[in-house]
Amino acid sequence: MSAGNGELSDLYQEVILEHSKAPRNFRKPAEANQHAEGYNPLCGDRCTVYINMDGDAIRDIAFQGNGCAISRASASIMTQILKGKTKAEAVKLFDEFHGLVTGKEAPAETPDLGKLKVFSGVSKFPARVKCATLAWHTLQSALENKDTPVSTE
Amino acid sequence: MTAIAQSVVAQPETREPQPHEILPQSAPGLDLARIRADFPILAERINGKPLIYLDNGATSQKPQVVLDAIANYYKHMNANIHRGVHTLSVRATEAHDAARQTVRKFLNAADTREIIFVRGATEAINLVAQTYGRVHVGAGDEVLITAMEHHSNIVPWQILCEEKGAHLRVAPINDRGELQLDEFAKLVGPRTKIVAVTHVSNALGTVVPLRPIIDIAHRHGVPVLIDGAQAVPHFAVDVQALDCDFYAFSGHKVYGPTGIGVLYGKRALLNAMPPYQGGGDMISSVTFAKTTYNDLPFKFEAGTPDIAGAIALGAALNYIGNLGMDKIAAHESELLNYATETVGAIPGVRLIGTASERAGVLSFLLDHVHPHDLGTILDREGIAIRTGHHCAQPVMERFGISATARASFAVYNTKEEIDALVAGIRTAREVFA
Repeated sequence: MSAGNGELSDLYQEVILEHSKAPRNFRKPAEANQHAEGYNPLCGDRCTVYINMDGDAIRDIAFQGNGCAISRASASIMTQILKGKTKAEAVKLFDEFHGLVTGKEAPAETPDLGKLKVFSGVSKFPARVKCATLAWHTLQSALENKDTPVSTE
Repeated sequence: MTAIAQSVVAQPETREPQPHEILPQSAPGLDLARIRADFPILAERINGKPLIYLDNGATSQKPQVVLDAIANYYKHMNANIHRGVHTLSVRATEAHDAARQTVRKFLNAADTREIIFVRGATEAINLVAQTYGRVHVGAGDEVLITAMEHHSNIVPWQILCEEKGAHLRVAPINDRGELQLDEFAKLVGPRTKIVAVTHVSNALGTVVPLRPIIDIAHRHGVPVLIDGAQAVPHFAVDVQALDCDFYAFSGHKVYGPTGIGVLYGKRALLNAMPPYQGGGDMISSVTFAKTTYNDLPFKFEAGTPDIAGAIALGAALNYIGNLGMDKIAAHESELLNYATETVGAIPGVRLIGTASERAGVLSFLLDHVHPHDLGTILDREGIAIRTGHHCAQPVMERFGISATARASFAVYNTKEEIDALVAGIRTAREVFA
C-alpha cells in the first residue's frame, strides 16, 4: 500500500488511508444533543457531525456521511482529537488546521494539532482543501447549533 | 455494448491495438498527429507528464484557428456591429454575420434569422423559459423534462413553474440510463406546454432517441427544446431533420471560446415570442411612448454581443466541419468503445450509464476509491478527468450515488491516452488496496 513518491504520498499518508478505510467514531450517538449537516456542492459529499456537549466541553463527538478519503480521514481524526476538548479549544484547533491545509502555517508552528499534521500535504492540492475542512466547517455549525446545513461554497 | 453515435455508423478498426506503437494511432480519415498539433495546449506538461485531457464534457480545448480568430478580430476589425459606417464596423459586422451563417449550416437550419447568439446553452434555455414559457405556461400547466437533464435544463423550468403555479414532470430512465419512452409518452397530455430534453446526457453519455420524442410531443401540439450541449461536438445535428422547435448549445464545448452559445428556434415561434432582454440592437425604434422591436435574430440579442466569441465559434465550427463530423463521430465512437472495454475490464470498476447508444462520455465508479481521490491520483499522471455529480444531481440520486468519475472524449484523443487512463486507475487501486 503506497501512494508512490513525492506530493501524492504526502497527501495520502498511511494514517489518512487507514482512517479513510476504517473511520473512527463513524456512528450516530443516541445521546447527541447538538448536530449539523455539512455539504460540498461541488462534489456532492455530505457529512453530519454529532456532538454531546457537557457544558462547554465536548463529551462525545461522532460523524456520518459519504465522502472521499481526505474528508473521511479528516472527520475521523477530528473526532478523535476533539473528544474532551472545550468549545474554545475546538475553534482554535480549526483555525490552526485551516492554516495548515491552506499552507498559511507550517506544521512546526502548530504544535497543538498533533496527529492532524498528517494533513499538511493537502496544502499542495488546493482543490482538496474543501475535502479536508468539510467536517470542521460542519463541527463549527454543530457547536453553534445552527439549523441550516453548512456548505463549503 | 455499443456506443455508436446517432445518425452515423462507426467504422471500427478490425486490428487489435499494438503495444509500443508510435503515437498516435491513425483514425479512419483523420490525421490525428496533425489534429493534435492544431491544439497548442496539448503540448502542456502537467506534473511533469504530458497532458492527457479527458474532460471534454466540461469544456473542449481550442485549436489554433480559434485562438487566431480571436486575436485577428481584436487586431484588425474591433468595432461595434450594426452601427458605424466606418470600415472597421463593416468588417466586424460582416465577420459576425458570416459566423451566424456558419452556425446555420452547422445545424442545417433553414434561415440565419433562426440563429440567436447567446452566452451558452444555459442562457439559451433560460431565454426560452422566460419568453415562450412565460407566455404559454400557466397555472396548472406542465413542463416535461427527463430524469437525465443537466441542472441547466431543470432549474430554468423550476423557476418558471414556481412563478406560474405550473408543474415540472420528469420522464424516468431505466438502470442503463435510457429514457423510458413509454413512460415519457404517458406524461405528454393536454396540460403539457413544452418538452425539454437533452440530446446526450452529460453524466451518462446516453444518446436520447429524439425523433420519437418529438413526434409524440408534436402529436399533442407541444413544442420541444433540445439541450444539445453534449451532442454537437460529437456528431452531425440536423435541426430540420429532427424537426425540433428549439435547439441549444454552448460554443466552448465544441472547440469555441467560453461565453458564446447558440439558440436555434423555428422562425414562427421566435417571431411570436416576446423579447428576452431589452436594450440596444434589439429595437427598431424607441420613444417613451412605445418601442418597436427589431426583427429576428436581433430581437433576442440586446446589447453589444460577444462579437469575437461568435466569430471564433464560427472558426471552430468550420474547423470541425473541414475534418468531417462523420469522421469525428466514427473516431470518437471507437474511442468510447475501447474505453468502455478496457476501463470496464479493470477489477472493481462499475460503469454508470450503459445505454445502447452513447456518445462522448464514460462515467464509472471504482470500488473503495472515491472519484475525488481517483481524480487527484490521475492528475498526478497528467490525466484530467471530471469527478463529482456533473451538475446532474438527480441522475446521481437515480443511481443511488453521490458522484462518479467521468472521462469524456474529443477528436484529438487517442487510444494510447485511454491506455494511460487505465494504468492510472490501476495505480489508484494499488494506493487504496
